[in-house]
Amino acid sequence: MNEQTLQKLKDGGELFSPGHRACIGCVEVLAVRQVCKALGKDTIIANATGCMEIVSSPLPTTNWMVPWIHTLFENTAAVASGIEAGLRAMKRKNRGPKQDVNVVAMGGDGATCDIGFQALSGAMERGHNFINVCFDNEAYMNTGIQRSSATPFGATTTTSPTGKNSIGQVTWKKDMPAIAAAHNIPYVATACPSYASDLAKKVKKAQETKGPSYLHIYSVCPTGWRSKPEMGIELGRMAVETGIFPLYEVENGQWRLTKTVKELKPIRDYIKAQGRFRHLTDDLIDEIQTKVTEKYEALLKKCGQ
Amino acid sequence: MSKRVGTEASFAIADAAILADVDVVAAYPITPQTHIVEHLSEVVADGELNAEFICVESEHSAMSACLGSAAAGARTFTATAGQGLELMHEVLYIASSMRLPIVMAVSNRALSGPLNVWGDHSDVMATRDCGWIQYFTENAQEVFDLSLCAFKIAEDPNVLFPVMVHMDGFNVSHVVEPLEMLEKDDIGDFIPPMNFPHPLDPNKPVTMGAFAPPVLYTECRKSQEEALRPSKQTIIKVWNEFGERFGRQYKPVETYKTEDADTLLIAIGSFTETATVAVDTLRAKGEKVGLVRMRLWRPFPFDELRDAVKDAEKLIVFDRCISYGGPGGPLCSEIKSALYGSKEQKPVVNFIGGLGGRDITPEQFEQMFSRGREIIDNNLDIQYETIGVRE
Repeated sequence: MNEQTLQKLKDGGELFSPGHRACIGCVEVLAVRQVCKALGKDTIIANATGCMEIVSSPLPTTNWMVPWIHTLFENTAAVASGIEAGLRAMKRKNRGPKQDVNVVAMGGDGATCDIGFQALSGAMERGHNFINVCFDNEAYMNTGIQRSSATPFGATTTTSPTGKNSIGQVTWKKDMPAIAAAHNIPYVATACPSYASDLAKKVKKAQETKGPSYLHIYSVCPTGWRSKPEMGIELGRMAVETGIFPLYEVENGQWRLTKTVKELKPIRDYIKAQGRFRHLTDDLIDEIQTKVTEKYEALLKKCGQ
Repeated sequence: MSKRVGTEASFAIADAAILADVDVVAAYPITPQTHIVEHLSEVVADGELNAEFICVESEHSAMSACLGSAAAGARTFTATAGQGLELMHEVLYIASSMRLPIVMAVSNRALSGPLNVWGDHSDVMATRDCGWIQYFTENAQEVFDLSLCAFKIAEDPNVLFPVMVHMDGFNVSHVVEPLEMLEKDDIGDFIPPMNFPHPLDPNKPVTMGAFAPPVLYTECRKSQEEALRPSKQTIIKVWNEFGERFGRQYKPVETYKTEDADTLLIAIGSFTETATVAVDTLRAKGEKVGLVRMRLWRPFPFDELRDAVKDAEKLIVFDRCISYGGPGGPLCSEIKSALYGSKEQKPVVNFIGGLGGRDITPEQFEQMFSRGREIIDNNLDIQYETIGVRE
């Protein structure tokens, strides 16, 4: 199954072209490419302001081979609502595209968990038939690595700097997939481009879902995380294997791990590979470890394990 | 055949939306716009209007959903007021720069604080430069007629700009009035099918909303401005066609008893109807006074204004908005700058009143007339005066 999915992805054409301006080692742009491949060409994307918008669309060029619209930072889910409603109304009147179209809203963690939170909540609550994809690189990278509500505890960013009185980010990451699931939408999943076939399967599931779907995709950012550009895929794997970013889905309220980790790896190697955590003391690393383990166990319970 | 009915202006808008066969309405409730969205929800629920009604969670999302809908090629309508228009503010600029033919009715309302839900023009004036076509209506009939025209104007291939139809909150929006309601058979092909040239369609992918670096941004802005200005010709053409077909004629600048007038009152919005009463009274007393009613606000009708005032000696402008720390009322500023340097330059005085729903009576327009002349005749150095304020 995995092999087949991968083969199909390999054979399918590119819908996000080469020649973009993403940083070296950017895993977010890889995630975008994987999502586009899995979606296929009958797709309309509404993109929030952010890295992926900026690297892909300097006038008069574009990397998008599907219809794509960028308007503002915080309104992407609302724009997608309008596209979806417009297509539905036109179809009734025998206008617009004849085929079924995937309407997709995408943005970073800032656009999703912070500034676009209300618009997203509204669109999910209203039940639009759309997929919302959050590419989570855990800070406002496009504007220069400022903290967001998705920045992990202890990470240094330009607005949660370490200092005599600060250990960096002092809040724990907002649990956005759980918040999406609390809207009782039919499909929520986490994914990571290090697990390409798992990601593709989840995109396909979202596509087949009638109603809102929410995908939260872990997107390693070497520039913002101060990690080696060649380590992106490995870091994604480490995040999953340590339980920092577990892969799961919530289908009609049923929670299920899609990648079971028999024994969680300690977080130390993951932490040590990133400059943003360089200042953390052993005590702080232990504190994070405790929290990660607790959260993972809570997730296992939700998944009935 | 058209029929004479008694209806509220807010309801007349929904009837215009039905006649235009709108595809999507995205709106959020705010006083004094609520009757519009309530009635639109009803007609969608009853199947009278075959549209999607998106009951969004904010005005920001209302206008954002309108962007998506219009970009997909659907005929799109919304309505708002006051704070709602302000919450939409940044989205308005996107609609015009993307040339999306959205139509929006605005029940003009004061801005907080203090909170005030009643009518004035603070909301419109704050959106003056957002790139939309904007015009004013004075009663339910005009609201109905000019909402219909708005779709035809916005979607004209030579225009492709969003249109705001303004009506004063409560003074127009909530008043039940008799009006000639057109029906489907009357309308015929007046509003052609929506045919947005480059919709979001997987069969012909487009990229919309790419960013412009400094090397291109100026050209984008300039081309937008150069497209908006000549839209006035299409607006006039549509209004003329409406006049020919349905017998009610609208113009960018309309005049009342201005022939031989040496003094002109100039106003915008529903209080111009009140001003006509004052003009009649003053005329009966032998005063040579007339009224200029501004209808088209953007693109500003420079030629029509200059022509309307060319024979007058004194101008008295009434505003329902303050430009804090600025030259007075925004309408007066625009009129002064439209006349400055032209051969029609003449003394202009400014009164501000009717803020936050306070009424302005015909007698107060008479007062503005006499006090305005006094200011001009005695060459008093007064930026503006507030009418009806308790000192």
